[in-house]
Amino acid sequence: MTTGKQLIKGNTAIVEAALDAGCRFYAGYPITPQNEIPETMSWRMPEEGGTFIQAESELISINMVFGASAAGARAMTTSSSPGISLMQEGISYMAGCELPAVLVNVMRGGPGLGNIAPSQSDYFQAVKPGHGDFHIITLAPHNISEMYDYTFDAFDLADKYRIPVMILADGLLGQLMENVELDRSRKPALLNAPKPWALTGASGRKGQRIVSLLMQPGALEKHNMDLNEKYNLIKKNETRHELAGMEKSPEYLIAAFGTCARISKGTMNIAADAGIKTGLFRPITLWPFPYEALKEAAKKVKKVFVFEMNLGQMVEDVRLAVGDDSKIEFYGRPGGGVPTAEELFEFIRGKVK
Amino acid sequence: MKKGRIRIDEERCKGCLLCVEECPKNEIKKGGKINRFGYTFAEFCDNGSCNACTLCAIVCPDCAIEVIEITEDEKK
Amino acid sequence: MAEKIVYKKPDSLTDKIFSYCWGCGHSTVHKIIAELIDELGMREKTIAVAPVGCAVFAYDFWNFDTTEAAHGRAPVVATAIKRVHPGHLVFSYQGDGDLASIGMAEIIHTANRGENLTIIFINNTNYGMTGGQMAPTTLIGQKTTTSPAGRNIKQNGYPIKMSEMLAQFESVKYVERVKVTNAASVIKAKKAIKKGFLNQLNGTGFSFIEVLSACPANWRMEPLAAKAHIDGVISKYYPVGLIKDIK
Repeated sequence: MTTGKQLIKGNTAIVEAALDAGCRFYAGYPITPQNEIPETMSWRMPEEGGTFIQAESELISINMVFGASAAGARAMTTSSSPGISLMQEGISYMAGCELPAVLVNVMRGGPGLGNIAPSQSDYFQAVKPGHGDFHIITLAPHNISEMYDYTFDAFDLADKYRIPVMILADGLLGQLMENVELDRSRKPALLNAPKPWALTGASGRKGQRIVSLLMQPGALEKHNMDLNEKYNLIKKNETRHELAGMEKSPEYLIAAFGTCARISKGTMNIAADAGIKTGLFRPITLWPFPYEALKEAAKKVKKVFVFEMNLGQMVEDVRLAVGDDSKIEFYGRPGGGVPTAEELFEFIRGKVK
Repeated sequence: MKKGRIRIDEERCKGCLLCVEECPKNEIKKGGKINRFGYTFAEFCDNGSCNACTLCAIVCPDCAIEVIEITEDEKK
Repeated sequence: MAEKIVYKKPDSLTDKIFSYCWGCGHSTVHKIIAELIDELGMREKTIAVAPVGCAVFAYDFWNFDTTEAAHGRAPVVATAIKRVHPGHLVFSYQGDGDLASIGMAEIIHTANRGENLTIIFINNTNYGMTGGQMAPTTLIGQKTTTSPAGRNIKQNGYPIKMSEMLAQFESVKYVERVKVTNAASVIKAKKAIKKGFLNQLNGTGFSFIEVLSACPANWRMEPLAAKAHIDGVISKYYPVGLIKDIK
């Protein structure tokens, strides 16, 4: 892949980021709107000396990633909403076994088979995944550079904390092409960090195990408490957000993630032209959610407009952060509906006295 | 003629009796005592006909049998 | 007089007493696998994948690297491990529910892809760990806790012969069905598993060994009766012997 500015698709940026971050194992199953990822991986991964397998289902994909990760490799799988549902079992197992991996959900309309249009209706599934008390780190890009950057970062994050990390994108970002120069100068900091826990053969040591089954009385409870300590550390160190437009002392704040945040930036311009000043609070980590930063930002405004491509998922976390429901106005488009910047502005105008 | 004896680990033995059925020399029998898990462990009869064939240990699921071959010292 | 130990517990087994029931085939097969790992000198280069079932605790008994896998997923977990560590000995060890029920897609695709793995399939015609429910391998007429009137063809279909089925795939190289009843059969079973391991180490390819194994607790039989049941009943439906052996 050349350097410099080029027209690149979101799905392709994810592939290049993973390879640049040292991912050498990919297993995935075709599902729209992310098919370019396994397709590109099928020839790019062998070029980098890694393993590409088109698995026969998403169940098989996630369990192959489990195995590759247990063996010490940087591994990734990608899918879209219904396929991610199939992976929940494997994600829970990986969290319980503390196995690092990168997962990508290029969201489409649901529930069920839904459609293939972009959506944000898997926010709940991403931040409240699988069975058991666990979390995964979830990052939400809103442009092509971030599709690359966040995927790249995800591998180091996953290894640092021994945790699955999800990139929550959507069909629009996956299919979008932007003329960008990706910063490919970075080196993955933790690529060669030792993984003493990995199964590499009991050379000079006793056999070790990767398990999430802990039957001894109290053992699982303790393990959960230890996981919780880890999650608290992640909350403290890795929470990220973007806050834009506050220097103009706006009266209103938009809260949105991913594609909706992208569209909202257009809405902010339309609003400014109409004399309504708005700021934008964009969570980057959906888990850990930036509650404190949002709470602080919300104190400075009269209303928080929450825009999502679903019927109200992130808005629950916004309510928790803001602590005053009367301040919150929600507008959502479910089932693959994508709002226009004008549409969002009309909603704001209708609510602004 | 090889001679041998076996050691039965009373804790590992579950009294399944597969060894009793297997032994071609009838040198193992169902025991009369139970171990701390409640199993009636097998016992070596020690009647002098054990020839360390190891069939008992091979069939034993629990690795409860150690087989010892006894060799006569060479006469000068 | 000199004394020499000619048979003892293999090094690749830990000291933990098997938690399996009396007369259980798992204990026997765990033991012969460990003996083979010792004989082949592969303890430091073996990675095993345990099932969900009674043998979920296999890693307590094996002194080599072992991972848990979600129910049925062991063959694909093993596939990934082998692709990451192609020079290691990687095998999955699975029971009837794990391999032939929930894991059916995984084993079929792993076999069809001809992954260079050894799969050890423990067939005791029921779901042991959960108390003796019907399995895809339960015999016609066999009473289990979920087929109290006996497995019946109309409701439950026929018992699945995994070995014969997988042998159909071009990429499957070696399939043998063995049993662990008396010492002679244990020796034969060990030979078959050894061949499965050697096939992997010399690059021949996918090997599948099905082991007819006793489940005295759920069959409601003492171990000697369970042994006779395998010899007299189970192996009439699932014949023991070599099914496929190609390069």
